[in-house]
Amino acid sequence: MPTEWRDFFTLTKPRVMTLVIFTAICGVLAAPGSIHPVIGFTAILAIAMGAGGSAVLNMWWEADIDAGMKRTMNRPLPGGRMRREDARDFGFFLSGVSIALMGLAVGWLAAALLLGAIIYYAVIYTMWLKPRTPQNIVIGGGAGAFPPLIGWVAVTGEVTAMPLLLFAIIFFWTPPHFWALALFVQSDYAKVGIPMLPVVAGEKATRRQIMLYTLLLAPIAIAPWYIGGTGWIYGSVAVVLSVLFVVLAMPVFTRTRAETDAMTPEKTLFKFSIAYLFVLFAALVADRLAAYQGWIA
Amino acid sequence: MTPDDEREFLRRRKARNLVVAGALLFFVILFYAITMVRIGGQG
Repeated sequence: MPTEWRDFFTLTKPRVMTLVIFTAICGVLAAPGSIHPVIGFTAILAIAMGAGGSAVLNMWWEADIDAGMKRTMNRPLPGGRMRREDARDFGFFLSGVSIALMGLAVGWLAAALLLGAIIYYAVIYTMWLKPRTPQNIVIGGGAGAFPPLIGWVAVTGEVTAMPLLLFAIIFFWTPPHFWALALFVQSDYAKVGIPMLPVVAGEKATRRQIMLYTLLLAPIAIAPWYIGGTGWIYGSVAVVLSVLFVVLAMPVFTRTRAETDAMTPEKTLFKFSIAYLFVLFAALVADRLAAYQGWIA
Repeated sequence: MTPDDEREFLRRRKARNLVVAGALLFFVILFYAITMVRIGGQG
């Protein structure tokens, strides 16, 4: 029986892709200079296809692990709705087309960064480090940090401090975001032997690391304004959001799990972290648009 | 293959073919637009 086209779409992790597309659009819109709308659209499409391709390769490689976890056992591969080779070929095809599209239509520096992002996620993270180190999420965060960097470079054609800061924001945001989730779904990861921090180092160490990365994130999130790369709109939003992030991370850091625990602070922090990134990047774009209009310096 | 299976087989194949055709059409239009922008020197 032929695989449903929806299953191919599911392999690209569409929910994750919304964040990828959003941060890539922000990178394109916030970068100084101009880009033709068709080229800008193509850059975002190539980034989305690259992210989709690497997600497919991730699902192809982790099909056995996914089969052992409740959250992922119904995905197309562990669910038996698709052949593994089809997923592998689809992943390579999407990745290859995305790099060629970016290189030919936008620029080869952006294409090289996209290739780097795909290799980083599909090979360095998925195949090499995720099954080996409890710091896997820190490393994996690097893959998710590429889209705004590539979007920015698609416009400017060069890597400068600002796109690197955008990269750093997502890089340092990922650990508290994901470990907050891992604290309340840790039994699943333990079952399949993935060395998630709460599984191998315990909850106390995880809570400490969440606090540590939250404290590292705050000055990095404010840095684009501090170095003069943005105006007060982004600066004020970054300060308020980062203070809130630290305030919400504090109870996660200080408390210990009770016998019957709803894990409310952890769930709140996880939900807030998603809003944090969306609002922060939206503020970056709003700041740039206000500057273009001459409303702010 | 039962008649029901065959119907499902044809439905899935048709749906996949339509998606592939749509994607191809989309890329034809996109490449045309990219070419026009590049030739016009606006990219």
